[in-house]
Amino acid sequence: MSDVVRSEPAPVGVSGEIIGPGQTLGSVTDKIASVVLNERVPRGWWVGLGISLALLMVFVTALGVLLAYGTGVWGVNVPVAWGFAIINFVWWIGIGHAGTLISAILLLFRQQWRTSINRFAEAMTLFAVACAGLYPILHLGRPWLAYWLFPYPNTMAMWPNFRSPLVWDVFAVTTYATVSLMFWFIGLIPDLATLRDRSESLAAKKIYGIFAMGWRGSARHWHRYETAYLLLAALSTPLVVSVHTIVSFDFAISVIPGWHATIFPPYFVAGAIFSGFAMVATIAIPLRWAYGLENFITMKHLDNMARVMLATGLIVAYGYMMEAFFAFYSGNLFERSMIQLRFSGPYSSAYWALILCNVAIPQLLWFKRVRLNTLSLLFVAVVVNIGMWLERYVIVVTSLSNDFLPSSWESYSPTVWDIALYVGSFGLFGTLLFLFIRFLPMISIFEMRTLVPEAEVEPNGNGGSGSGPARPGSEGPS
Amino acid sequence: MPATDEKDPGVTRLDLAALRSRLEETSGPEYWRSLDALAETPEFEDFLHAEFPRQAAALPEASSGVARRDFLKLLGASLAFAGASACTRQPTEKIVPAVKAPEEAPGRPLSFATAFPSAGYGMGLLVESHEGRPTKIEGNPEHPASLGATDVIGQASILTLYDPDRSQVIRNVNEVSSWDGFAAEIRAILESEERREGEGLRILLGAVTSPTIESRLDEIRSRFPRAQIHFWQTENRDHARAGATLATGRRLDAILSPRQTSVLVSLDEDFLGTGPDRVRHIREWSRRRRPSGPDYDPPRLYVAESVHTISGAAADERLAVRAADVSSLARAIAHHVGLPVESPALSDAHTRWVKAVAEDLTRNRGAGAVIVGEGQAPEVHALAWAINHHLGNMEGPIEAVAPSTIDDAAMGESIRALARDMRAGKVEALFMLGVNPIYDAPSDLGFADALASVTHTIHLGLYADETARVSRWHVPAAHYLESWGDVRSLDGTATLQQPLIAPLYDGKSALEILGLILGEARPSGHKALRAHWQKEWGEPGFEASWEQALHDGVVVKTRSATASFRIDREAVRNAASALAGAGGVDGLEVTYRPHPTVGDGSYANNGWLQECPTPMAKLTWDNVVLVAPATAERLELQNQDVVELEVGGAMLRGPVWILPGQPEDSLGLQLGYGRTRAGKVGTGRGFDVYPIKTTSAPAFQTGARLTKTDETARLACTQDHGTLEGRHVVRFADVDTYRRDPAFAQHMAHEPSIDDTLYPNYEYKGHAWGMAIDLDACVGCNACLVACQSENNIPVVGPEQVAMGREMHWMRIDRYWTGDLDEPDTHHQPMLCQHCERAPCEVVCPVNATVHDGEGLNLMVYNRCVGTRYCSNNCPYKVRRFNFHLYADWDTESLKLQRNPDVTVRSRGVMEKCTYCIQRINHGRNEAKKDGRTLQDGEIVTACQQVCPADAIVFGDLNDPESEVAKRKADPRNYSVLGELNTRPRTTYLASVKNPNPALHEDDESDSHGTGGHS
Repeated sequence: MSDVVRSEPAPVGVSGEIIGPGQTLGSVTDKIASVVLNERVPRGWWVGLGISLALLMVFVTALGVLLAYGTGVWGVNVPVAWGFAIINFVWWIGIGHAGTLISAILLLFRQQWRTSINRFAEAMTLFAVACAGLYPILHLGRPWLAYWLFPYPNTMAMWPNFRSPLVWDVFAVTTYATVSLMFWFIGLIPDLATLRDRSESLAAKKIYGIFAMGWRGSARHWHRYETAYLLLAALSTPLVVSVHTIVSFDFAISVIPGWHATIFPPYFVAGAIFSGFAMVATIAIPLRWAYGLENFITMKHLDNMARVMLATGLIVAYGYMMEAFFAFYSGNLFERSMIQLRFSGPYSSAYWALILCNVAIPQLLWFKRVRLNTLSLLFVAVVVNIGMWLERYVIVVTSLSNDFLPSSWESYSPTVWDIALYVGSFGLFGTLLFLFIRFLPMISIFEMRTLVPEAEVEPNGNGGSGSGPARPGSEGPS
Repeated sequence: MPATDEKDPGVTRLDLAALRSRLEETSGPEYWRSLDALAETPEFEDFLHAEFPRQAAALPEASSGVARRDFLKLLGASLAFAGASACTRQPTEKIVPAVKAPEEAPGRPLSFATAFPSAGYGMGLLVESHEGRPTKIEGNPEHPASLGATDVIGQASILTLYDPDRSQVIRNVNEVSSWDGFAAEIRAILESEERREGEGLRILLGAVTSPTIESRLDEIRSRFPRAQIHFWQTENRDHARAGATLATGRRLDAILSPRQTSVLVSLDEDFLGTGPDRVRHIREWSRRRRPSGPDYDPPRLYVAESVHTISGAAADERLAVRAADVSSLARAIAHHVGLPVESPALSDAHTRWVKAVAEDLTRNRGAGAVIVGEGQAPEVHALAWAINHHLGNMEGPIEAVAPSTIDDAAMGESIRALARDMRAGKVEALFMLGVNPIYDAPSDLGFADALASVTHTIHLGLYADETARVSRWHVPAAHYLESWGDVRSLDGTATLQQPLIAPLYDGKSALEILGLILGEARPSGHKALRAHWQKEWGEPGFEASWEQALHDGVVVKTRSATASFRIDREAVRNAASALAGAGGVDGLEVTYRPHPTVGDGSYANNGWLQECPTPMAKLTWDNVVLVAPATAERLELQNQDVVELEVGGAMLRGPVWILPGQPEDSLGLQLGYGRTRAGKVGTGRGFDVYPIKTTSAPAFQTGARLTKTDETARLACTQDHGTLEGRHVVRFADVDTYRRDPAFAQHMAHEPSIDDTLYPNYEYKGHAWGMAIDLDACVGCNACLVACQSENNIPVVGPEQVAMGREMHWMRIDRYWTGDLDEPDTHHQPMLCQHCERAPCEVVCPVNATVHDGEGLNLMVYNRCVGTRYCSNNCPYKVRRFNFHLYADWDTESLKLQRNPDVTVRSRGVMEKCTYCIQRINHGRNEAKKDGRTLQDGEIVTACQQVCPADAIVFGDLNDPESEVAKRKADPRNYSVLGELNTRPRTTYLASVKNPNPALHEDDESDSHGTGGHS
């Protein structure tokens, strides 16, 4: 499957390259397209897909049980009426932040290193949002009426309640999902054309052909493409901030101590980027190893991602600090007791585990040795993912279980079906991801081509079998 | 329902086991439809054929004229009818509504007066009936034991009426039989008994106050002169009456009037929670305490108790004391008030307490009262008689009357005599009417063994219970709402009970069985009742008096006269010296008394009662071993640890619950659990305490041995956290603070101004509903909780769901402890939807399913709810309840009859909460509109308000400044819970005012009786 030599003296990117040496337009196209077009599917892919499908079965079963017996199969109660479903929703949607951030914001800032990771980061975003989007629907007592949250014309002459953050959520998440999908799809079009042209089976040619939407790579196509892509990037950028801001409103708008805090929006956005980059790293590191993509996803990329994680992690840590500080500084009895209970109450182990995962361990990223070692970076990334899940757990569960009246304090513990629906969502995510890897180029071919030195000297060079020329210039869309 | 592991005495078993197991799977009227269906199956055919010869033998063919084949047909037909019994029928006799609608029309409920027999004593009721189905129980304001209120068990008794597990068919040796077969066999038995003057005939009853039953029993005695009547029930008054006999020479009952009392001393007596007059006690006590401003002079309540009860919680001065030590307190009090009784040696704390009590009693001669719990020895009761007499309290708060029950000896003696005679083979036929002695007879009698030597055992009961299983005949009893009868209250006032519905399962009343014993062909409770009262009142004007009595729910001029008596001073002195040996015994003590909700076990199959949290421990669905915190610490016990108890040779096994306020080294047990044949709800729950309850130790014993096991139980507690955490949720002060600053409660937290908002305030042109709850009046009896459940079709969710925190009660009574862990102050707070003016729930619902209405109500639109549960999260009071599963029983036919037709039965996945009984508001508004008048204050009462014996809850229109609720809100004690959040709740609370004795707190460094809520 791979013709790249694995054992190089120093990994590519240690000194800042964002593409390996000796790459040509042709080698780039061959390398990336081969993952899709290669007849021989690596065994690892089958194993991965198998595991994902098995988990997907778990998901489907948990779903069936939920719909048959009601929300009561979960551990939720009064006062803790939100549990795993909302935690998972916020967690997945947070993960779904990195893709758009990498694609749109870094595109606008002309960060070329984004090129090799943006495609699958975007795909990951979409799949994460798909997972996330299911939870708010499934957590309803009557999920079949979820459409009542949309402002559609109806004989009841009823609007949704526009004061409710859940309605804002509906708009924020659906907009985000739509724009992310559009952005991803438009970004795929030139590469779909490449695959159309390169694939040998008729069916593949037809299918890729339909989705390539008649792309021929003409200058006019490129012009319109660039404009559309840039516009969408500009459109997505505020969404990155808005989605998690609005998700944080679900909590911040309420009166519950531990939820009602003005710091939530920035702290949630930072947390989302934190976890998003952690997830990108968690996926990128095994992927580049498995498919030998070290020349495309270089150490420079990993280093940059680690730096972003470190920076956002520090913002998140600041958020935790301020949460505690304001609880005490405000003098508000309820806030104070909430924080005290987080520190030393029944859920304190979850709180301190979260501090360990999100604040303590990420400090390792200050060290270059840690950042440039794929295994240690993978470790930190996984830890951050766990930590961010715990953060949502702590926010949702501790705040609800000990609110204003001590008489209604009650603990929460998940049931097997809570866990099944969470673990099962990895099946959904994984299945989509493995299908993506198999059927679409996981790295943007045409954008990678612009990074190849050839692109600079030979503006109209024919890089492959003719999906079109590489874009002129190396500046990306300008 | 038969348990599958039972052994039927003396019968060859056919395919019954298989049949039963199939029947087990269904319930209610469906049960018999299924049996009907089963009748088609070969097993059933075989069963009938095999059974047939004996049934036929029991059926004299010549007299009844029923041939063998016809019998089969009849049996089939009766099964079909039984299956169709879900269709209700009105009784055929004329019944008289108490509140007559202008016209009788579908949809307009009628209200009938009757009485709930609570441990034999009457509690007057007005029962609401929709199209012939009784749906809701209310108190009868004219009745002295109700005064318009009811209690938990009274409220829940309507669920028992519709219980699908009720016995539905006559059984002969546990197999289906018929009334005719039963009647024929009884006649045969009685014929032979009559020949020997009823030598072998015995009747066992619970406490009976019914004048008609009394006259029927007299007739039986004259027909069978040597027959004997026995009485037994767990909640009896043996010790109290023995004490009265000891002190006065007469068997008397003492009636307490809390409204005339300035100093009330309870020695282990839960006068607010138990006893036939509990409802009246609460009502009078709360009326006696109405904080009225700087000149408020409240009464003072002292309670020394061995189990923490609501009476102790209501006390101004409470003392946790082992049951065995109560007699010493009584002697010391007697000594200090000046009776010639020697004072025992007491601890310093007890001495101080006793001196304070004696001083207060002496200072309030004629306005004090000492009451003693039934569990205490007769001598302690005798001392109380002497003290009260000595202080002139018998002319004031305490009145002596002749008992209204018809028994003339101690019940413990009565059942002991029965057991002895049975064992001696003297008993030929035993009728057990409405009792379950196999479960609840004192364990030293070996009642089950003794019963085995009786040839003919006949059991009448609502359930095919433990006693039914071993009886030759079991006849399903009619519920009190299905039968004619009469009953008297403790003060003697009689009430005629009229049926609101024809028996659902052809049940028979005790009167009808007595009629059968008297040889009547068609015994009728109605006829017997009329006959008795006709004799009582005389013929002229009988019909008018009859109708009047039915209409009013009380029979005029039936109250007992005050009994005169003389105190036998010598006997009292002897009693006191007899007590000298008691008390001071070391080691663990166990006390056992009826469970606060399921009672002695007869209500074990009532889901409302099972799920009603106990007032102190807030436990549901199980009984426990209550342990003091200090004892738990010493024995290293944690909540839910299962322990083994060895008491007097009997072993018990149950989970521990640590209860603040429980006396050290005293373990509190509750009777009423461990039923083996209660029905689907009650069978197998908890552990049975009766094995340690003997005739000599009916309420407590010392010398228990406790062993901890490795097991833990999972108990369903509705309130995990009992301290206030420094929050001003309940507010309270002692009377001095209150006198200085009646508005103390309003100074405890900052409440933002009504204008602190970005939005315009709502305007209310018409009504603006609101509620005020007086925490000083509330004693935490839970009646409101069950009334709400009954009124609003609130489902029962079961112990697993309660343990998960999913109980559905729209209102709950929060219970907080303050002060010392061993001797805490208890505060009750009814908590229900506060109908906030700025409701946090309304803002966050994405689909507008919870909205504000034009009269200030916070509405919940079930149809619109999609179940995000955001409203519940954002509710600071956590009063919203979510249908996590399909909790409402949509299938059981009989339970559908109980439902309030004006209230939606909720489905899975929707939120629900208190509506301020919006159906009652709408009804009141509509009635006023139809009459073209304005709505009067007090016309609309919520279910919780109506049932509240303490008058703690007042609902009404805040726009009417003259309304009671507006007046209460103007009281300086009025405050909002969590008002600082600016939710502006429409339900507000009136702070409570305690009246501790300053003499008992002189050297307290930290004044635990100061204003509450400070931490």
